[in-house]
Amino acid sequence: MAEVLVYVDHVDGAVRKPTLELLTLARRIGEPVAVHLGAHADEAAKVLAEHGAVKVLAADAPEFAEYLVAPKVDALQAAYDAVSPAAVLLPSSAEGKEIGARLAVRIGSGIITDAVDVEAGDEGPVATQSVFAASYTTKSRITKGTPVITVKPNSAAPEAAPAAGTVEQLAVTVADSSKGTKIVSRTPRESTGRPELTEAAIVVSGGRGVNGAENFPVIEALADSLGAAVGASRAAVDAGWYPHTNQVGQTGKSVSPQLYIAAGISGAIQHRAGMQTSKTIVAINKDEEAPIFDLVDYGVVGDLFEVVPALTDEVKTRKG
Amino acid sequence: MSLRIVVCVKYVPDATGDRHFAEDLTVDRDDVDGLLSELDEYAVEQALQIKEAADDAEITVLTVGPEDANDALRKALSMGADKAVHVEDDDLHGTDALGTSLVLAKAIEKTGYDLVVCGMASTDGTMGVLPALLAERLNIPQVTQLSEVSVADGKVTGRRDGDTASEQLEAALPAVVSVTDQSGEARYPSFKGIMAAKKKPVESLDLEDLEIEADEVGLEGAWTKVDDATERPARTAGTIVKDEGEGGKQLAEFLAGQKFI
Ligand SMILES: Cc1cc2nc3c(=O)[nH]c(=O)nc-3n(C[C@H](O)[C@H](O)[C@@H](O)COP(=O)(O)OP(=O)(O)OC[C@H]3O[C@@H](n4cnc5c(N)ncnc54)[C@H](O)[C@@H]3O)c2cc1C
Ligand SMILES: Cc1cc2nc3c(=O)[nH]c(=O)nc-3n(C[C@H](O)[C@H](O)[C@H](O)COP(=O)(O)OP(=O)(O)OC[C@H]3O[C@@H](n4cnc5c(N)ncnc54)[C@H](O)[C@@H]3O)c2cc1C
Repeated sequence: MAEVLVYVDHVDGAVRKPTLELLTLARRIGEPVAVHLGAHADEAAKVLAEHGAVKVLAADAPEFAEYLVAPKVDALQAAYDAVSPAAVLLPSSAEGKEIGARLAVRIGSGIITDAVDVEAGDEGPVATQSVFAASYTTKSRITKGTPVITVKPNSAAPEAAPAAGTVEQLAVTVADSSKGTKIVSRTPRESTGRPELTEAAIVVSGGRGVNGAENFPVIEALADSLGAAVGASRAAVDAGWYPHTNQVGQTGKSVSPQLYIAAGISGAIQHRAGMQTSKTIVAINKDEEAPIFDLVDYGVVGDLFEVVPALTDEVKTRKG
Repeated sequence: MSLRIVVCVKYVPDATGDRHFAEDLTVDRDDVDGLLSELDEYAVEQALQIKEAADDAEITVLTVGPEDANDALRKALSMGADKAVHVEDDDLHGTDALGTSLVLAKAIEKTGYDLVVCGMASTDGTMGVLPALLAERLNIPQVTQLSEVSVADGKVTGRRDGDTASEQLEAALPAVVSVTDQSGEARYPSFKGIMAAKKKPVESLDLEDLEIEADEVGLEGAWTKVDDATERPARTAGTIVKDEGEGGKQLAEFLAGQKFI
């Protein structure tokens, strides 16, 4: 069976959930071979093997952390040369897309980004995309070279599928031309203890209606009662009420959770672009004309400062 | 010694309009008014600020697109760019990302450059890969997704705010930069700027000028193919209740029914 390269997104060997989703999708089109760059490949390999990786190609080099993107492209290309895969799958993060794009140029292949599903087809893998702020669903494929496809988080439920997951060292030479962009310093983001926004099953977002940073704890309390991530509209972010990393939308994160709750958000097209594929959508807004209500499965017309705390109390009571 | 800045800008269908696909599954550009991608206004703004900080710099705005794409160039010129290059050719219809990057790279080389500035993503394709593709094709550093950027002493520096960390980046020129909408509000064209833009030169190039064969681009030459595009069915109207004191409880009831609680 043909091999499929899966680029591993991890933090110090802790494999992030989107990678497990990629392995699940990869098994539909071939045998997943994971590419792990950086330290702690052995730890990662255990999880990768449980989810179907027949092999883990591992490489660690200081250049991965010292320079932006390009050294990782060199490594992925080395994996590509070693395996001659039927497809290459990467997570649709900013970096995943950039690595995929540069690899595509090098190997003379097309690239599809932001797929929400991947299936086997007669003429190679078929990718589903959700485009124009999720108003269209397209099916596309790559016609030249080896398909390079980046996949959005929450596109598949990770399935367990034990496989060998043997770790093999990958020899990588980082080209001088790949050392063009130096990473001079790095400030890690503080963890909030809440689930990662793009991976969360439930997201609770606040917008301009929250009316001040000092009121965001109202949103956070509901999120915590549901075990959810916290999102924000750009209006809330631009006002400095919540960090940009929590922005949902076209220029923020795109989320696709089981449940999305929007409080005090009007539902502008750029916000919808980032949340319209959520399975169940709930909105709380005091304006019954707000466009967000066109999308909802359940909407409450009311003051969020009344509705949200009441909901939080009710959730806590029911959960005991 | 002049700093040559090329800003890549895209002409896109207005996102607030009802965007559609044409019969050949390319974007229907007659259906909805086009405009300069709002995210590229941030690229023009940063280029203008870099120029203002430099002794001597010149900004060329570059677009690949149909005749109407000229509007995007005019907007950028009225914001303060110096001149424009428009790559226009019937054979470009249906070009994908790999093809667009090929055309842009050749046009950038022909124009001459020290710095290429892009937006973080177009508002139609929203791939966010063009700057990386350009860096690969031009074989120069990519300094992308910047929320802060500056150029001095032949170097570009900037801040990239990622998922797990915020990084400070540095590269020697020539380089490709892309900037996010966090980089700073774009200025509005002044009346004077709009009048001046009318006199600024717009150079028109076709595939032959760039020594690109027709079959390397367009629908036929594309590396990807769209087989199907279906309009998403409108959501069935949800339940909407007015809060009369019980809104929170009712919502909890709904969530419990859906097994979220
Ligand atoms: C809904 C949709 C989905 C698509 N999916 C794919 C796909 O999966 N694979 C694929 O190969 N193609 C795809 N395309 C085609 C692709 O978007 C275009 O070919 C293209 O111009 C490159 O991608 P982008 O516009 O998304 O650029 P992005 O990478 O999002 O744009 C980043 C920046 O590049 C510059 N730029 C982009 N295009 C131009 C231009 N024409 N002229 C000047 N500067 C420009 C701008 O500075 C812009 O801010 C898709 C198009 C649409 C409308
Ligand atoms: C290029 C571009 C990219 C963009 N990217 C994004 C993006 O990624 N994400 C994004 O979100 N936006 C984005 N935007 C901005 C977007 O167009 C909207 O401006 C933004 O989404 C509005 O945020 P909002 O809904 O919080 O605010 P508003 O539109 O002001 O809505 C606030 C809502 O809160 C309601 N409200 C007020 N008080 C209360 C209360 N006490 N109780 C209940 N309801 C209340 C109001 O009725 C109103 O509906 C982008 C715009 C552009 C041009």
